Order: sequence, then structure tokens, then C-alpha cells
Amino acid sequence: MIDAELASQVVRLALDRGASDAECTLSEGEEFSAGVRMRSLETLKDAGSRGAGLRILLGQHVGSSYTSDLSSEGIRKLVDSAIEIAAISTEDPYAGLPDPSELGFLPGDLELYSDDVSRIDTSQRIDHALQAEDAALSADPRITNSEGASFDAYSGERVFANSRGFLGTYRVSSCSLSTTPVAREGESMERDYWYSNARSYAKLESPAAIGRKAAQRALRRLGSRKVPTQKVPVVFDQLTARSLISNIFEAIDGDSVYRKASFLAEKLGERVASENVTIIDDSTIPGLFGTSPFDDEGVPTRRTVVIDRGVLTSYLLNTYTARKLGLRTTGNAARGLTGNASVGHGNLFLEKGDRSPEEIIRAIGKGLYVTELIGSGVNTVTGDYSRGAAGQWIENGEFAYPVSEITIASTLQQMLMDFAAIGSDLEFRGSVASPTVMIGEMTVSGQ
Amino acid sequence: MALSDSFFGQKFGITEHDLQSYIDQALSAGGDYADLYFEYLATSSLSIDESIVKSAVQGVSLGVGVRVIAGERTGYAYSDDLSPERIRRAARVAACIAKGPAKVDKTGFEEANKRDLYPILQAPNETSLTERVDLVKRADRAARAYDSRIFQVQASYGDSLRHVLVANSDGVLSFDRQPMARLNVGVLARDGNGSPQRGYAGGGGRVALDFFQNDKSPEAYAQEAARQAIVQLDAVPAPAGEMTVVLGPGWPGILLHEAVGHGLEADFNRKKVSAFSDRIGQQVASPLCTVIDDGTIRNRRGSLNVDDEGSPTQKNVLIEKGVLRGYLFDKLSSRLLRSGVTGNGRRESYQHIPMPRMTNTFMLAGDSDPADIVRSTPRGLYCANFGGGQVDITSGNFVFSASESYLIEDGRITRPVRGATLIGNGPEALKYVSMVGNDLKLDEGVGICGKEGQSVPVGVGIPTIKVDRMTVGGTSG
Repeated sequence: MIDAELASQVVRLALDRGASDAECTLSEGEEFSAGVRMRSLETLKDAGSRGAGLRILLGQHVGSSYTSDLSSEGIRKLVDSAIEIAAISTEDPYAGLPDPSELGFLPGDLELYSDDVSRIDTSQRIDHALQAEDAALSADPRITNSEGASFDAYSGERVFANSRGFLGTYRVSSCSLSTTPVAREGESMERDYWYSNARSYAKLESPAAIGRKAAQRALRRLGSRKVPTQKVPVVFDQLTARSLISNIFEAIDGDSVYRKASFLAEKLGERVASENVTIIDDSTIPGLFGTSPFDDEGVPTRRTVVIDRGVLTSYLLNTYTARKLGLRTTGNAARGLTGNASVGHGNLFLEKGDRSPEEIIRAIGKGLYVTELIGSGVNTVTGDYSRGAAGQWIENGEFAYPVSEITIASTLQQMLMDFAAIGSDLEFRGSVASPTVMIGEMTVSGQ
Repeated sequence: MALSDSFFGQKFGITEHDLQSYIDQALSAGGDYADLYFEYLATSSLSIDESIVKSAVQGVSLGVGVRVIAGERTGYAYSDDLSPERIRRAARVAACIAKGPAKVDKTGFEEANKRDLYPILQAPNETSLTERVDLVKRADRAARAYDSRIFQVQASYGDSLRHVLVANSDGVLSFDRQPMARLNVGVLARDGNGSPQRGYAGGGGRVALDFFQNDKSPEAYAQEAARQAIVQLDAVPAPAGEMTVVLGPGWPGILLHEAVGHGLEADFNRKKVSAFSDRIGQQVASPLCTVIDDGTIRNRRGSLNVDDEGSPTQKNVLIEKGVLRGYLFDKLSSRLLRSGVTGNGRRESYQHIPMPRMTNTFMLAGDSDPADIVRSTPRGLYCANFGGGQVDITSGNFVFSASESYLIEDGRITRPVRGATLIGNGPEALKYVSMVGNDLKLDEGVGICGKEGQSVPVGVGIPTIKVDRMTVGGTSG
């Protein structure tokens, strides 16, 4: 474990050297990874590292530095380096630490750390990966190959201190198990994956279930074809719907909002989505990946309703972006080891609706069910949306055949106003979550 | 250069005896091969936003990665502390991958042959901070001066100097000093109450600070970013469906990176999970296409004197006149496939296991006049600039996102269209290349490639080409 007191020492040292304010982050982590392929162990990785970051203010000038050397000489250079580089920055009237009254952390156990993650032994970890891959390989004779399976574990600690008296620390752990089988039939070769991840080993799904689901996902893509270009309803499965919520995050991120680099800038209080759309950011739910007791500026995290029944009610903000917009921080500061904080989300999710995914699909005469999106064709400044897609073609309420090498396009503005159905199947597999979503109409481009 | 004169010898007192003892430890459980990758990385970055230099960061990281290969297996561990006890502990952890008696390997090291592709005496991060901050200030002024409709400018400058030492159980020792610098400008333009539009430009490479002059000056990048944003103000919705696509020279070479490059990385082909597996000698592109990956171009962002496994980089022909010729190898793939290395073993840092990666990937020039290529196209899309791309190497489907493109109508470039994704299938897409221009251009030097969570700098390049059939993902029928 790191000595949390070191962070306070760094802050004091910076003040002694003339800084008017300082914030220090320390981080330490141990990573483990076991990779298997075709029923044999392929890679083992086991290591740890530490780092320190410092951000200082000299009046309204800001400078930041980082180091992997936590010796006293390393720390001295860290401080010198931040002071030196602050000299070239320009005075920024909005720069500064949070007001002391805003600092603090959530009480109680947020279930972010479980020692079972580091307790299980290497052979058991390898065994889990072998079982997951085996379940995929054994699922069907058309699963002929595999990119393997891996078991990954991480445990670490984060410490944050600032010159306004904040000192906080928390530990996190996580583990994940995933496998990527390859299915083949004739000339068609397709891969897909499935995974489970959790902050506690006890909460991982079974290797057999992960392997079987990965196999089904690869198999259902075999023999995929292109469809003619047309406008149809598009259903996003849980995984791809999640990416829509991530796109919306970029548009409500205070950084893009104050620069007016977002299609949702200057829209607070306006209707921006269909009435069934409620999007919430909540960093306080125990055990989830977007949970933390305080943000990366030492402000307690909270639950923020971003879109309430279609109306834009809040942006996500850190201290800086809040000051630029004349608002209060929402406890969403994020940063690595150092630098000015950016804005991050906690557990950001779309509230579930009341229809099962099956019901949603059954009601569609002709449409697309998307299971994979590739590429970066989303512009959150203009809202233009165009991405590569693969999935299943829907005819008369049923899956007719797999499709790929197509794109789907619209604008995020239109899509948000056209959430024709929202599923009841919300589950958290990461810090962004969404149930199945149906968009009333998008352009599918193919032949 | 002797080890004692090298960066790690001088600064950390590392000796050949130390290296040998770590390798012995790494092979103590009988691995076939072991290597050590020492890395010292110093970075700095600056950015201007709203005409204020809001962010300035500098820092250092240091560490060593130890790898042991036993058959198809790899054991890996690292330490951010270069004390002998910590390195030996990492070596013992990596050694666990093998199960057998200790391997006695040759003693002594010889230095690998090495190029000098970036003979820079003064790396950018050894230049004064004032000179570097001046670059972003000039970019900010130039972008704002370009047009009154430009209302936001962000410019960022980043550089790094990486010292590496690679020692392996074959007795090969490599040193390298790898500078890098990059300047980016992003702007937003708005016309009245219309939607803002983005423009983006930048450049860099393994260069000294004096690289940023003339057509690579902060002003030149700023004007280019501003030009793109202003053009987009008049953009109409992009078309949807299959059509002829003409790619302009330079950055559109990302097509090659996605459509063929990743699919030719030897790890995927060793595992036979790539759409290009077992296709050496087959026609995978039109006979007009010759595609090269070349890590030896002076001062380029994707170039390296030695790759991150200590192997010298080289010029590798991937596709020759449409026929698939070769894959990109790292040490593990070359051992298992009994092929030579190609200098493509790369990693993000000492914390990462090397794997086959591209360097600078481009298509050789053909003999068509670029103007004729456009003139010969009755209707289609002309793509001048792209954002990112992605590929599913198993199905071969790839995308890349056009950020500046225009309709071609009656053989003329006409209206700008809004951003759209283009999609194709790797082994098929290049078969539809019907014209290749005589204007090969490499990109400006800002590319980053991600694979399995590791990012490395790369370059791309292409002449103007005409692809007779490709799916364009717009919204307009």
C-alpha cells in the first residue's frame, strides 16, 4: 500500500516552493493477466507500478508534472518540474481548486475493493480462462478456431490530497473473464466475444456461460450479407445501445458545452429527447465500475439526472467547467495522474422501459437489430452519426438473416427524439449501461 | 556504443554482467528465449484554449519489462524500479511460464546493427519551453485571423524523448534514443445560428523543433484546420449506398492501414483468424496496387532504428501488383512460423508485451494524373481527409470516417458533404481500385494506432486512387 501521507508531503513541499495551491495524486496498481488459446496457456503477465502526479497554481498560472520515481529525489524533481512549467502558462481567471465547502467524500463502504480478486491462485485463474474457451469451442462444430480467452485481475489504490485540506484514499479491485471464438462455415468466417467483469471475484459469471454466449454470438453472424440501402427502424442491443449513451456523454461533458462544441450546448431546460428518455449519472451505487467516494478534485460524487423525461436538466461538470458556465460542480472531475481535470462520468445509464427486447423486435415489420458498431463516425459538435454496423435483419418480427458491411446513419438530435421503444433489460457491465433501444428510423446503407 | 557509454549505463550504472544475471534468472525455469526492455520516457505537453495556455505538463516514467518465451507461451513482468532485486524478482515471475531445468545461454552481448534515421542532436524536449509554447500561441493567432467565423481554437503541442535498451538471450544488445514531436490545431467555425463545424490539422515526427516551419509551421496547420471548418459550413448531407470513391493523397492512406495492414499482422495469421490467413500468393487487390510497410523512412513518425524487440526495422512489401506477398512479424510469430523478423515487434511501453504492428504503411504511386482520375468519374465521392478507422480482422470488414469530402458530379468536384463513414471488406475492397495517381504523399505525422489496448505512433500514405465500388454511409438517397 502507498503511504497516503506522501501526498500531503508533496503538497506541502509545493507550497514551500512558492505554489499558492497544489493537488497531488498517487496511484498504485497490480495487474495480472492469464491468456489461453486453443486449450493451452499462452501468456502470463504479473506486475505492478506506482506513480505520482502534481498540479500547482502560481497565482492563476497552472503547471503539472508526473513521475514514476517516488524516492525523495524523484519527488523533489516532481515539484521542481511543476513549478518550472507553470511559468509558461497564461493567467487563467477561472483556474483554481474547488471551494473548501465543496470538498469531501461519501461515507460507508462502496464495495469497490474485494480481496478475493488477489487471493485466488494463478492455476485457478488459468483454469477459468481454459473453461470459458472450452465452452465456446465445444458449443458447436462450426466453432473451429479461437482468439483465446483471458482472465484479468487488477487491484490498486488511489490517494488524493490538496492544499485546501483534503486527503482521501480508496482501493479498487476488478476482475474479468472473456473469450473470443471464431466460427466458420464455407467461406464465411466470423468472430465475436463475451465477457463478465466485476469488482469481486465472487460476482463473475460462470466460465461455461460466458463461453456459450460468446459462441452463440459468433455463430449467429455466419453467412452475413449486405442489404439494399433504405430507411428502417433500428434496434440497438444492450452493448451497442451503451455506445449511444457514451455519445450523449460527450455532448453533455462540461468541457464541450462551455466551448459550444456540442449539439446540446445552450439547451439546458429544453426538450432534447422523447418523453420516455431519462438518463442518470450516479457514482454512488455500491460495487459498480463508475462508483467512487470522491471525484478527482476531492469533491464527493453524487446522483445527477442529466435528461429527465426528455428534458435536458444538467450537464456533467468539474470545478473549472462549472465556473465557465456559472454553475456548480457535479462532482465529475476526472484525470489520470496529473494535469487539469477533465470531466468523466460515473455510472451513466438510460432508465429502463417496460418492454422486453423480444416484444420490441416482434413489433417490427422490417428493420435492423444491431449487435456491433465499428468506427468513430459520431460528431457530437454537429450531431452527425454514421457508423459501420453488423447484426440481424428483422422481417415480420423475427430475425431473418445476419447482415454486415453496412452503415447506419442519422443525427443524434433526430435519434434522441425518436426513441421509439426502450427495453426492460438494463444491466451494468461497465460504467455506462443501457437497456435495448429502438430508434424509429435511420438510414441503413448497403448495396 | 559500449553499454557503459549508453544512457542506461551512464545514468543507472547498468553493466553487461547485470544484464546477463537478469537473463539467467529469466531462463531459470527453462524458457527458450528471454529479453529485457529498459525504457526511460520524458514527455511534455502544452495546450492553448481560448487564447490562454491553460495546460502545461511534464514528467518522466521509467521501467523495465522482462519477457520469457517457452514454445508458444509468453511470461511477462515489469518493474518501475531498476534496483537489481526488483528486476530479478520480475525475471523470476516471467520465468514461471516455463517448466524445466535452467537454460544455460551464451554469455556476452554484441550490439545490433542499427540505422540512424533521426540524427537529432537536440531533441524537442531539450529546447527551451518558451520556444515550444510559442508554437501553440502562433497557431491560435493564425487560426483566428483566417476567418471571423472561427470562434474556438485549441492547439496542442506534445513531445517525448524515449531512451531504450533491449538485451536478449541471443546475446544481442540494442540502444536507441527516440525523439518525437507533434503539433495539432482544432477549430470550430460558425455561421450565424447554424451548427458549428470542426476543422483539424497537425503534423510532426521524429524531428527537432525546426521541423515546424514553412508548410509545417503552426500558421500552416492553423490555416488548414480553419479552411476545413469553413468548407464544412456549406456541407450538404452525405449520400448513402454503393458508389465510386476517389481518395485524395496522404492521410486517406488510412484505408490501407485498416483494409489490409492489420489483417497482415503475423499474430492473427499464425492463429489463422485473419481474413488474409493462408492467402500469400493470392490476388487480394487490383494489379495497380503495391503496398509497403517501411519503418526506415527518415524522421517519420512510424519509423524506428530498431523495433521494440531490438530488431532493425526494414522495408517490407505486403502486396505487390495486387498479389499478397508477406506478413508483418514480431519475434514470437517469426519463431513459430519459422520466418525472418521484419522489424515490426512493437509495444506501447515497458508495461506491455510486444506484438506485430505496422510502421509507415503506404501504396506506391501509379501513373495516372490525379485530375484525370476525377475527370473520369461521372458520379461519386471525393474524400480529402479522414478521421479514424477500425477493422474486424476476422470478417475483414473495415470502416474509416471521412471528415472532408465532396460530391463528384460529371467529372468535377462540386459540393462538400457532411461527415460519413465508408465501409468495405479488406480482401475485396482493393480489387476495385481502377486508377492510381502519380502523386504519392505520406501523411503529416499525427497517426496513432490502437491494438489490444496498446497505442503506438504510425504513418500512412497513398496517392490519389479511384475505387469503383464502396459503400458510403450517409443519409441522403
